Amino acid sequence: MVLTRTPAPARPAAPATARAAGIAATRARRGAGLAVCLAVLALVCLLSIALGTRNIALGTVWDAFFHYTDTDDQSIVRDLRVPRTVLGLLAGVAFGLSGAVIQAVTRNPLADTQILGINAGAGLFVVFAVGVLGLTSLAQYMWFGFAGVAFALTLVYLLGSAGRGGATPIRLTLAGVALGAVMDGLAGGIRLIRPRAFDYLRFWDVGSLAGRPLDVATTILPFVLAGVALALIVARSLNAVALGDDLARTLGARIGVTRVLATVSVMLLAGAATAAVGPIGFVGLMVPHVVRWIVGPDQRWIFGYTVVCGPVLLLLADIVGRLVVRPGELRVGVVTAFIGAPVLIWWVRRARVSAL
Amino acid sequence: MSVDFGRRVLVLRPHRAASVRFPVRPALVCLVLVLVALAAGMLALGTGEFTLTPSQVLAALSGEGTRAARLVVVDWRLPRVLLALVIGAALGLAGAVFQALTRNPLGSPDVIGFSTGAYTGVLIATVLFGNGYYLVAAGALAGGLATAVAVYLLAFKRGVQGFRLIIVGIAVSAMLVSVNQWFIIKVDLQAAFAAMLWGQGSLNGLGWAQVTPVVVTVGVLCLLLIGYGPRLALLEMGEDAAAALGVRVERTRLAYLVIGVGLTAVATAAAGPISFVALAAPQLAQRLTRTPGIALLPSAAMGACLLMISDFLAQRAFAPTQLPVGVVTVSVGGIYFVWLLVRQARR
Repeated sequence: MVLTRTPAPARPAAPATARAAGIAATRARRGAGLAVCLAVLALVCLLSIALGTRNIALGTVWDAFFHYTDTDDQSIVRDLRVPRTVLGLLAGVAFGLSGAVIQAVTRNPLADTQILGINAGAGLFVVFAVGVLGLTSLAQYMWFGFAGVAFALTLVYLLGSAGRGGATPIRLTLAGVALGAVMDGLAGGIRLIRPRAFDYLRFWDVGSLAGRPLDVATTILPFVLAGVALALIVARSLNAVALGDDLARTLGARIGVTRVLATVSVMLLAGAATAAVGPIGFVGLMVPHVVRWIVGPDQRWIFGYTVVCGPVLLLLADIVGRLVVRPGELRVGVVTAFIGAPVLIWWVRRARVSAL
Repeated sequence: MSVDFGRRVLVLRPHRAASVRFPVRPALVCLVLVLVALAAGMLALGTGEFTLTPSQVLAALSGEGTRAARLVVVDWRLPRVLLALVIGAALGLAGAVFQALTRNPLGSPDVIGFSTGAYTGVLIATVLFGNGYYLVAAGALAGGLATAVAVYLLAFKRGVQGFRLIIVGIAVSAMLVSVNQWFIIKVDLQAAFAAMLWGQGSLNGLGWAQVTPVVVTVGVLCLLLIGYGPRLALLEMGEDAAAALGVRVERTRLAYLVIGVGLTAVATAAAGPISFVALAAPQLAQRLTRTPGIALLPSAAMGACLLMISDFLAQRAFAPTQLPVGVVTVSVGGIYFVWLLVRQARR
């Protein structure tokens, strides 16, 4: 299976200086693109603070930061919308980048924390922590989220790659869906036995950024940062892994170490984000795909762009969810599923996909 | 007795022009599975708050014994046991059909979003019209069938191909799951909990009223399956091979999809989405019978056996708390996956 488009063969006739200039131009273009994405992200953050279920004049939003007088509208902006935006930013980075890393490490373009059952694994462990052990603080049950991600990822990979033929996308996907169903079912069983956990968790289930105080974001911040750092560190080796295990090894990449580090990165990112906001799917599927069309196959650039574009998508989905059914609101997990699923269907209906 | 490609086959020749062939091992396995299922059924008939010995159960079944024993065994417990057997067999058959069609051991009706759609239908019916057995069944049927049709059409592009069907099923399921969870937040806790119970799949509270429709529909679908004969095994060899052997691939596949979905629909409408029986039964049966492909009859026997035992455990394991049988079958699914892993690792 080929994950990335093969680059056009370098023209041997081109002189070295021209080639260097070409590379520099590509880099400049990618750098400029990243700057544009950052600007879009800043704009989306501002929109997320300015727009909401309740109409608040832009002047009031401005005053909330610079002339705070403790009115209702101002405190909505400061105490609800700002934490929500910060959390969306972190969760977007985490879900987007974890998707990109899994796609790279499993060499599977269909990978996503939702599809591979990783969210379900984190969910099962969190439900266990809340329902059976009675934990209620995020700082405690987040660790169960990490363990759940590691557990699910390992099982799915083992099940999907066992036997002859190795880990093809379809086998990994089916293994993920099937194991995800088992873990969802077990989590459902725990909930039936402990109705109080059911009530507490049914709001967590859909994935929502709403109503979480700022310290939720600060709790997961160090873990998300560590996950991003790890992902960027292994990006170079993942470029080699994309060529296949044998070729990567001959190129000097340490495959085992790379896989472990990448898995730890996914664990930190997806575990922290799932524990904080619940399972949100498809961000990790869509963002790396779109980014790959823009920047090509280099994982370093893909990861860099994904870190910026993941929160753009998640925050936009959150804003849409706030605006479409006013005065109620759609949870962001519902919105991402409704954006992501059609994308996935369209993607699989395209011409040559069947020959993956 | 003759030997056919290394497999022992019993040939009965009642007439010079007609003969019936029984592969010995599959026939024996089926027999054993049916006996185990019946034994578990006897156990389920005899245990509970009102305990009876097997001889008392048999007496009650044959119309003798005390009135109380007859009431408990025939009126209360027998319909549940019958339904467990029939629904289990239906799920096993549905799983066999889907695994042969997708040519993948992890294929199951859930892959095309059937259960999720049925759940959505039930939630919508509950929210709009309230709670009632037939309402729930109708909602499940409508939701499941609509989802299956939608997935099939979305995956259709000059024919349906296994991979595309699976991925489209995943995508549609993901959307419906989020809709379901959204509904569960919208309705009050009581209704949400009731819907959640249904969503786990349970045989609690089923009686004679449900037995006849289930048995009749499953019977009709089984006749259809028998009518299609060996084409499923041909399809399992691959589209090109099947076409070369004279099977009209697309039409036959659609027919099998309809039968598989129909079997699942009956089971789901009666008892909610019971997971993993359809997934595990055909594979376990194939391992036991050592048939080269997916075999229908052993899958059905295995499904009946699995669901009967699971339901017995669900009733008795945490008595007096009655678990939904779906919780037990999910655990069966988990054990099945662990077993798959261990078996693959040993290779």
